[in-house]
Amino acid sequence: MDFAHSFALIAPELLLTAAGLALLLVGAWGGDKSARLVAIAAAAALFGAGFMLVPGLHFGVDGPATLAFGGLIKVDSFALFAKALIYLAAIGALMVAPAFFNSAAAGTERGMRAEYPVLMLFAAVGMSIMVSANDFMTLYLGLELNSLSAYVLAAILRRDTRSGEAGLKYFVLGALASGILLYGMSLLYGFTGGTAFTAVRAGLTGEMGIGALFGVIFVLSGLAFKISAVPFHMWTPDVYEGAPTPVTAFFATAPKVAAVALTARVVFEVFGAQVDAWQQIVMFTALASIIFGALGAIGQENLKRLLAYSSINNVGFILLGLAVANETGVSAMLVYLFIYVAMSLGSFVALLMLRGEDGALFETFADIRGLSVTRPAIAWALLLFMFSLAGIPPLLGFYGKFVVFQATIEAGLVAFGAIAIAASVIGAFYYIKFVKVMFFDAPAGVVTGKSGAAHWVLLGLTAAIVSPLGYLLTPSLTDLADKAAASLFLAV
Amino acid sequence: MEGLPILSLMMLVPLAGAMACLFAGAAAARWIALGTTLVTFVLGVVLWSNFQIGGAQWQFTERAELFAGFTWALGIDGIALMLIMLSVFLMPICILASWDAVQKRVGEYMAAFLFMEVLMIGTFSAQDLFLFYIFFEAGLIPMYLIIGVWGGDNRIYASYKFFLYTLLGSVLMLIAMFWMVAEAGTSDIPTLMQYSFPPGAQTWLWLAFFASFAVKVPMWPFHTWLPDAHVQAPTAGSVILAGVLLKLGGYGFVRFSLPMFPEASAQFAWLVFVLSMIAVVYTSLVALVQSDMKKLIAYSSVAHMAIVTVGLFAFNVQGLEGAMIVMLSHGLVSAALFLCVGVIYDRLHTREIARYGGLAINMPYYALFFLLFTMASIGLPGTSGFVGEFLALAGIYQTSSLVALVATTGIILGAAYMLYLYRRVAFGGQVHEDAAAMRDISAREWLMMAPIAASVLWMGVYPESFLAPMRADIAVLDARLAAAAPASDAALTAGAPRAEAANALSHKNGANHSSAEEGAH
Repeated sequence: MDFAHSFALIAPELLLTAAGLALLLVGAWGGDKSARLVAIAAAAALFGAGFMLVPGLHFGVDGPATLAFGGLIKVDSFALFAKALIYLAAIGALMVAPAFFNSAAAGTERGMRAEYPVLMLFAAVGMSIMVSANDFMTLYLGLELNSLSAYVLAAILRRDTRSGEAGLKYFVLGALASGILLYGMSLLYGFTGGTAFTAVRAGLTGEMGIGALFGVIFVLSGLAFKISAVPFHMWTPDVYEGAPTPVTAFFATAPKVAAVALTARVVFEVFGAQVDAWQQIVMFTALASIIFGALGAIGQENLKRLLAYSSINNVGFILLGLAVANETGVSAMLVYLFIYVAMSLGSFVALLMLRGEDGALFETFADIRGLSVTRPAIAWALLLFMFSLAGIPPLLGFYGKFVVFQATIEAGLVAFGAIAIAASVIGAFYYIKFVKVMFFDAPAGVVTGKSGAAHWVLLGLTAAIVSPLGYLLTPSLTDLADKAAASLFLAV
Repeated sequence: MEGLPILSLMMLVPLAGAMACLFAGAAAARWIALGTTLVTFVLGVVLWSNFQIGGAQWQFTERAELFAGFTWALGIDGIALMLIMLSVFLMPICILASWDAVQKRVGEYMAAFLFMEVLMIGTFSAQDLFLFYIFFEAGLIPMYLIIGVWGGDNRIYASYKFFLYTLLGSVLMLIAMFWMVAEAGTSDIPTLMQYSFPPGAQTWLWLAFFASFAVKVPMWPFHTWLPDAHVQAPTAGSVILAGVLLKLGGYGFVRFSLPMFPEASAQFAWLVFVLSMIAVVYTSLVALVQSDMKKLIAYSSVAHMAIVTVGLFAFNVQGLEGAMIVMLSHGLVSAALFLCVGVIYDRLHTREIARYGGLAINMPYYALFFLLFTMASIGLPGTSGFVGEFLALAGIYQTSSLVALVATTGIILGAAYMLYLYRRVAFGGQVHEDAAAMRDISAREWLMMAPIAASVLWMGVYPESFLAPMRADIAVLDARLAAAAPASDAALTAGAPRAEAANALSHKNGANHSSAEEGAH
């Protein structure tokens, strides 16, 4: 085993871990006064780690050279793509945090705690391990490192009951999901005699026994919990609503990318020989997520809750690409993931900018009435995000749906695609409700507070990506996604 | 004109104008919008005058491979040319119509209209399937805002209905497009128009496209969004909706359904006929009992568009030509009628027919224009409506005399509801004082009405100007459809000719005598 090679492969994770530990010490001695410095250093560390991914992303890496520590970890193009997205999303969530925690929005607990960026870093390390896992043991380690950090993040406003409730709910249900996943893994181990992906795959060829099938189903259910796909979605609205908004923005993006990438890797690399066994499960979950995500959102008054349902809805479209079960489908799914991250990060940043004179946050439809008159820039940006989420051309959200549905139809799943796209019209209903409230209704005039530069930068950036200008990104995005998808299928 | 990308230019000018309007003040935005639409119209005139009748089928083509597998492929044939001309002609009139009527958020309003113009020109000139879809669908955003922000009291409901109806229709079409591109291996529209899809697949593809176009046309029973959207939209919004957006459905049939799926079109012709017949009779009767002027005209639009679909599915040259002329004529006439409603709405702020009466006394010029457009809507010879409806009905008569019979009642009913409307608004006594005190049309309103009136008469008296550019394209389409055309129920059989004419008299004394005898009578 060549340790130098292995360590070189996990250099980004090493950097993030070292930064996390060092910043933890800074936070411990410097107290919350150092929080801003810690946040900037954490963002820099994430940026540095992301920068390390560039050569691999650019040239594309696959094959045996990507295996580290005797096949426990596999750093191929697919893992690099997911990591890059995760780091970008985490940087975004860090950028918006200080302004939130330093305002009245944080309740009685003014001031960002130094733990916040540190936990973010550890979560990012955990997600990095998840997406590059090549063994069920590594997978579980990464998943739990991420989840434990996430539970604390959800409850980081200790004196806010909603935040505490969100943390507790997330913890209980997340633990249940982890248990289900672990049980599935143990079943697979029992029936195939290995925990390495290659070993389990080798044991799953040919006719599959009922026990192994249970293993597959349990593993998929556990992962569905993590990506909040129907029917394991019920924790999402509560947690998204209760958690502090920057944390919600983080939950809606990075962990989702990690969990989706992990699911893709598991179904292709582990269950790749049993496509029939999982394809219909994924198809059902995708359709159910699209439909229930859309229906659940219709009656919502709280914007964060609504965006939670919207994320369930979007997971359905992402899984649509997975259900296609070929390289084009995975590439389409990765493209959609990128666009989804930009759209949800943008929407949450816009929500963070809906503040009153004293800095308190607004988060219901009643508060954003007539926003286009009082705060036109935020309203127009939200309009772009909502039409993009609804998949209306020429916004970039249309391109995401375009590639996913194209892959679906090319694979011959015409009826499946037709039902899914018809269901997407239900989703359009509440997205245009956003626009209706902001543009058609008389102004409520409560959103008067100023927003910081970091918010404006992030909002402008995500809005530019979502606008038709974003199509300029698509050639390189498609190229990267193709390379990532190819590396995933090389092993199969 | 070789080398100048005039179609792209025609889209770039309003796009730049829209951007400028977004950041301009109210007064500046009005002038910018008027200026850019006029420039675009001039470019349109240049386009028409450089269009070579009898030249290549696709002219002014542009092609550039874009990112992400999309192709910027533009090009027009005669049919697209006419519809583009209609759009760029109506646009400056729309801007004029909203000059005083729109007072809030003028910049955004004008920008929305200019975006609409970009998208309409794009839709008619796109030669790539997905490019077409993007333009076709993107129009939802500005139209949703136009209805929702500047519309009437019930605008929210109308805007939702408009958005969701049309979205549901189009997404199914998108699925069909993916399938077609996967099957044919190209998204080039001219190639696809000659591609033979397997008949079994054509059925499904046709239905998916029908879902979209039937909503846009709109055909009964998918028309219910139209009266709501029309009534609640501002005047200029109704003009664009009736004048151009409804034509997207008809254009879709001509460009996609008929040439790409000829067998399925023949197979489903009965469906189109049944829906159209119901639409003609039912919506005409509904129009007869409306008390709201805009609603009445909206229902009459459904009836007129039914004549278009009947003509299109007649599968012969007359039917197709007639359908195209009805589309152009309806674009002008219904737009003008909505302007007429807008003119008096601006003065009295009600569309209730009963609140008017005797306008011919205090608004004689207005009454004159209104009468002209009413007659054109009915299809009086000499106006554009007559040419189109006559050709369309003559075309369908060759295919099915029953459909022709039912569709023709639309003209009679049309005369009934339009004349009834005109009588209640313009004739009779001056019942209401405020209505009697209204001023006649202003110079700005003259500028809006007179060009449309001139065009209506031009198309009615000399339709050749409009038919000539389309003739070759319709011939190509007719040839493509010939193999699939359903059998005619007229069952014309060639009889044995008589030896002499039926009115010939048997003469003994030669021709001279008989003429002298006739002369004596």
